[in-house]
Amino acid sequence: MSAIKTPGAHRVLVVGATSQIAQECMQLWAAGGATEFVLLGRNLERLQAVADDLQSRNSGVGALALESGSTPEQIAQVVDEAWGAGVDTALIAQGSLPDQALLEGNPLEVQREFGVNATVPILFVESIATKMLEQGSGRLAVIGSVAGDRGRASNYVYGAAKAALGTYTEGLWQRLAGSGVSVTLVKPGPTATPMTQHLVDEGQRLASAESVAAAIVRGVERRVPVVYAPAKWRLIMSIVRAIPRPIFKRLSF
Amino acid sequence: MTYITGWGRYPGQDATVQHPAFLDQLTLGEPTIARGLARSYGDSAIGAHAIDMTALSRVRSFDAETGVLVAEAGFSIDEMLRLFVPRGWFPPVTPGTRFVTLGGAIAADVHGKNHHVKGSFGDHVHWIDLMLGDGSVVRASRTEHPELFTATIGGMGLTGIILSAELQLQPISSSRIDQVTVKTSSLEDTLDAFDQYASSTYSVAWIDCIAQGSKLGRSVLTVGEHASEGELVSRGPGKLVVPFDLPNFTLNPVTMKIFNSVVYAKELKRYAENTLPFEGFFYPLDGVRDWNRGYGKAGFLQYQFVLPLAAGRQPLAEILARIAQTGLGSTLAVLKVFGKGNDSPLSFPEPGYTLALDFQVKPRVLELLDRLDEMVLHYGGRHYLAKDSRMSAETFKAGYPRWQEFEALRERYGAIGKFRSAQSARLGLA
Repeated sequence: MSAIKTPGAHRVLVVGATSQIAQECMQLWAAGGATEFVLLGRNLERLQAVADDLQSRNSGVGALALESGSTPEQIAQVVDEAWGAGVDTALIAQGSLPDQALLEGNPLEVQREFGVNATVPILFVESIATKMLEQGSGRLAVIGSVAGDRGRASNYVYGAAKAALGTYTEGLWQRLAGSGVSVTLVKPGPTATPMTQHLVDEGQRLASAESVAAAIVRGVERRVPVVYAPAKWRLIMSIVRAIPRPIFKRLSF
Repeated sequence: MTYITGWGRYPGQDATVQHPAFLDQLTLGEPTIARGLARSYGDSAIGAHAIDMTALSRVRSFDAETGVLVAEAGFSIDEMLRLFVPRGWFPPVTPGTRFVTLGGAIAADVHGKNHHVKGSFGDHVHWIDLMLGDGSVVRASRTEHPELFTATIGGMGLTGIILSAELQLQPISSSRIDQVTVKTSSLEDTLDAFDQYASSTYSVAWIDCIAQGSKLGRSVLTVGEHASEGELVSRGPGKLVVPFDLPNFTLNPVTMKIFNSVVYAKELKRYAENTLPFEGFFYPLDGVRDWNRGYGKAGFLQYQFVLPLAAGRQPLAEILARIAQTGLGSTLAVLKVFGKGNDSPLSFPEPGYTLALDFQVKPRVLELLDRLDEMVLHYGGRHYLAKDSRMSAETFKAGYPRWQEFEALRERYGAIGKFRSAQSARLGLA
């Protein structure tokens, strides 16, 4: 599949395309008429498997897999390569859920995790937002997390990275207002994906990746600034944020 | 640790379960068994260590001209129907539930209502990518590692982990099935009707397991063909009512409920024709099966065997009479006629009559099944591993004399001690 955009085609760029939520979103976009996908990530073999699957399931869909690095230069370069004649919708889905306990006393890992969950996604948004502004149009979606809404002992490196994404996209949203380019921050609650298998094993009932993807696709289409998926988390997190510290320190979640 | 079971919810055990999301995440260590959608009834997909293959469900390619599909082992027949029926392609062989994976369908060498015409699932597989005991991956086919290919079909996951496979789908011009239903009054009548309709593509009889005497073996035989024209629509699984009428079988209160939710209990003419969506013909028990699961904590046993054609009709009559006498049989049993089997050492189908029944888990039932095991073996028959949860190693080995050849092949390919299920241990396989 070439990088040339067919007039009228809905073209989608996904960073972190091997994530399960990303895969579900792409399926929804393909079902909704998107015909061209560019999949970026770190593992070309896995990206190719996802691309083949998307094309095989949806006749008339083309999907291109591109391996990307994590330095600013590499990121700018791969976004350039992926851009072709234009991108209508971009989704930043990359991230990983570290075991907080393993990070303690392990500064190198902390740096790495923060990079994967905050720095690299932000660099991608930088590149993509710039090009969308040049285009004068586009919809950008970034996957954050409810974990970014409050720092918790069980999860604070991940939470901090997601909080960074939150504040960054909030500022970007203000900057992009009226430009024809929208940015949507998606904050999923715990979702059943390979990343959270250990929680599923413990018997926790998590949201399905399909339902989170549906919320993303809907929110992005409508250019909503912040989407909580499922919606109940908006209320839950506003309560969690309001709990005073003396009480919060005694809570165990 | 997760508690895992088969479809009958008996037996079960605590296991460490891997959930790879990509093929490269699969690791072997302790003796392991692959696990798909867990529709085998007993302990074929349970063990101390299991690999949940259901996330490995990607399609690698589909050729819309030739109907050739390549997919990862966790891809299911349900997805196959949703994706490809609208494009005019149908699974070559489908079992009674759509919720089986490609890997599971190969490992159990599943059969459907068209065995006498189309054989079993493995007959339509072109190649299998298999992870061996040492972690290496080989492609097995009828030309490359042919013995490994043959043994993996019906091999219950014991030769290696099936990673992906190529399958030939069959073309259809309509998703509807032209169906004929025949009401029969006795076993003789039923088997005569099977003979009469031997050239039909799909055939199955719902046989009464409670009636005794002259009514023993009375059934409703349904035969079907793919309609030559009409819509190409996949509606997905649902609680479809089967649009044929059943006569008033003797039902206990429990099974009455099943029937009333599936069919109308009205007078059925001897012979009736109609056309229906494929879901109603192939998967009428979809909604009902879920209901069975909620029935009791003890769970159900399924029991399926085949009696060779050479033994004639009498053995089947005797076994049915024995079951009817105890009154322990579930209302409905499923009777099919198999055609020629294939070359796989552990593949179940061979020419003859195959009967599948449900039983509640009770001591009297376990006794009955031990007696039935003896009768089946006495008549030269064997049992379906995908339904088994309690047969002895002796019964298995007597029914599958090529088990030693199977073990020798497993030895050659480094599978011994690497792939093990609770069933394989019980049946005396290494």
